[in-house]
Amino acid sequence: MNASTTLVYDGSFNGFLTAVFVAFDEKINVADIQKNNQTQSGLFSDTETVFTHVEKAKRVWNGVRNKSHNAISNVYFAFLSEAEGVEMMLYSYIQKLMRTKNGKYLDYSDSTVLYIAQLARKVGREKHRMEAFVRFQLTKDDIYFANIEPDFDVLPLISKHFRDRYADQKWLIYDVKRKYGIYYDLNHVEMVSLNLKDIHYNKTVKSDAFSKEEYEYQTLWNDYFKSTNIASRINPKLHTQHVPKRYWKYLSEKKEAV
Amino acid sequence: MNFERIREKLNILADAAKYDVSCASSGSDRTNKTKGLGNASKMGICHSYTADGRCVSLLKILLTNHCIFDCAYCVTRKSNDVPRAAFKVQEVVDLTINFYRRNYIEGLFLSSGIFKSPDHTMERLVAVARKLREEENFNGYIHLKSIPGASDELMYEAGLYADRLSVNIEVPTISGLKLLAPDKKHEDFTKPMEKVKNEIVRYKSERKIIRSTPKYAPAGQSTQMIVGASGESDKDIMYSATYYYKTFNMKRVYYSGYVPVTHDSRLPAIGSQVPMLRENRLYQTDWLLRFYGFSIGEILNNQHPNLDMDVDPKLSWALRNLHHFPVNVNTADKQLLARIPGIGMRSVDKIVKARKFRKLNWDHLKKIGVALNRAQYFMVCDSRHWERRDLDADKIKGLILQNSSGKFRNQYSTQLPLFN
Repeated sequence: MNASTTLVYDGSFNGFLTAVFVAFDEKINVADIQKNNQTQSGLFSDTETVFTHVEKAKRVWNGVRNKSHNAISNVYFAFLSEAEGVEMMLYSYIQKLMRTKNGKYLDYSDSTVLYIAQLARKVGREKHRMEAFVRFQLTKDDIYFANIEPDFDVLPLISKHFRDRYADQKWLIYDVKRKYGIYYDLNHVEMVSLNLKDIHYNKTVKSDAFSKEEYEYQTLWNDYFKSTNIASRINPKLHTQHVPKRYWKYLSEKKEAV
Repeated sequence: MNFERIREKLNILADAAKYDVSCASSGSDRTNKTKGLGNASKMGICHSYTADGRCVSLLKILLTNHCIFDCAYCVTRKSNDVPRAAFKVQEVVDLTINFYRRNYIEGLFLSSGIFKSPDHTMERLVAVARKLREEENFNGYIHLKSIPGASDELMYEAGLYADRLSVNIEVPTISGLKLLAPDKKHEDFTKPMEKVKNEIVRYKSERKIIRSTPKYAPAGQSTQMIVGASGESDKDIMYSATYYYKTFNMKRVYYSGYVPVTHDSRLPAIGSQVPMLRENRLYQTDWLLRFYGFSIGEILNNQHPNLDMDVDPKLSWALRNLHHFPVNVNTADKQLLARIPGIGMRSVDKIVKARKFRKLNWDHLKKIGVALNRAQYFMVCDSRHWERRDLDADKIKGLILQNSSGKFRNQYSTQLPLFN
């Protein structure tokens, strides 16, 4: 038996796919796949650093996609969950997938397959929530700006939705937790990182970064939100189930509740 | 923009529109091709939820709450003493665009009280939609109300701009309509529905030949009935719902528990409870009819004119038809699986896929998500354990109720509360 190896990659999705490629290519007995800023070497395994190689990553991507379209989106979604140890689960998922004749008949009673499918579903749910809960605020230099703090790294997943929808306005969605954002300049979406002085969540103090009109529309929206409620049907439990409290601080209609 | 004035109007006109329960923003496939604003999401998005747990997906407002009619159930009827207001076309357009740009909403839901004449009102609604589509290049969702009695030409034009059209039938029976809305005729409601249905059929067949045929109401049409206002039975409601689904190809019929808004001897008094449980049971029946392959006569008929309040309609059907059970989940076909209480369509789908690999037992079914508390009395699987006792319907019902809890239980329980 050959000694097992821990593969270290740079944390990007392409880096991870390269690691998978290297493992298959060199027939490595993989002990673990780790991000380079949180490595932990094993007692009985060597460590090998994998350098991201787009061509190699592409081959893994295409290989998985040719097996099943569903599987490749599961792999990508589950990777974005940033769950601990997800890389190793994904590696064994890809191994299992490659062993099947066609990717269709994956057995959902297998714990790895079920875990990845459930994880991908969670990320998908968060993506849908972010498409709903982003609240743009118009800055004085005509950029629609929003802060978010999603549970998973969903910015790459929602960028197409917002690009298609708001094609005629400049917008910027900034992930406060992961400290990067996506910016649309009327032509392309690009990744940006900012030095934010303060985070624009629901404060009663008005920031001078935004126009007067912006606050007027927020007031109108809050009023609308209040008047559309039917008081005799109140159901707070159902309300928090649909809009969990951790999102409230970025929703302008919940300003008073926070 | 006169902010204070708009604010005042919005409060009045949003408040009057909230009793319309439809808020779906799904089903449209309008795409943003010309770098304009908006791109419909096929599955729909709920951007927020009110404190009563209903989804806020569209800006739901009335164009005006001035009305020439005097329908007893309606908050904006002419004899009611409430503040009145009216939006200008441009004001609605500005509000919609600015809310949409900030990602507050999926689009506009525009209804109106009827001022002057039905045609006059409908013309204004269409004007708003036309302006949004043609001047603002807006591709978001637009839901327009068809005003009862509006002409065919206007209904045609409305469908060109709107994604969904709806007329609220409100009172499910013709006799109820005579009692509560004496100024309106049944034909006023069905005529626009008929027109919209025919146009959708025509659009679909023409599109097969010419792909660039302009879209006509891609998300179809819907209607709404109020429940518990005129003493109708569940059978009356569901039979007329079935009629509308069949005759006018409705996408949805909504059931709205009547919220008392006025003092009127013909209606429940202000402060009486909203029949939310009944509303829930009606929606369950609606789903059984549309997705589970039940026919209306099986669930509601002359022997059973009303739905059970303590158990769901599928369980209640199963208890009346014990001779169909038990069903073997490993061999039964899809239609039969869907009739077992506690198994939903998602579980049916998973069961059918999973049983190709192996025979399923109780553990598998539990992981798949079957509600075994209900299902166990009606099925057998790959296990030596199954319900062997010869139980009759009442016993089964008792056992199921004993081992479950429901949020509405206190409304129909006969047991006196110890602490209150």
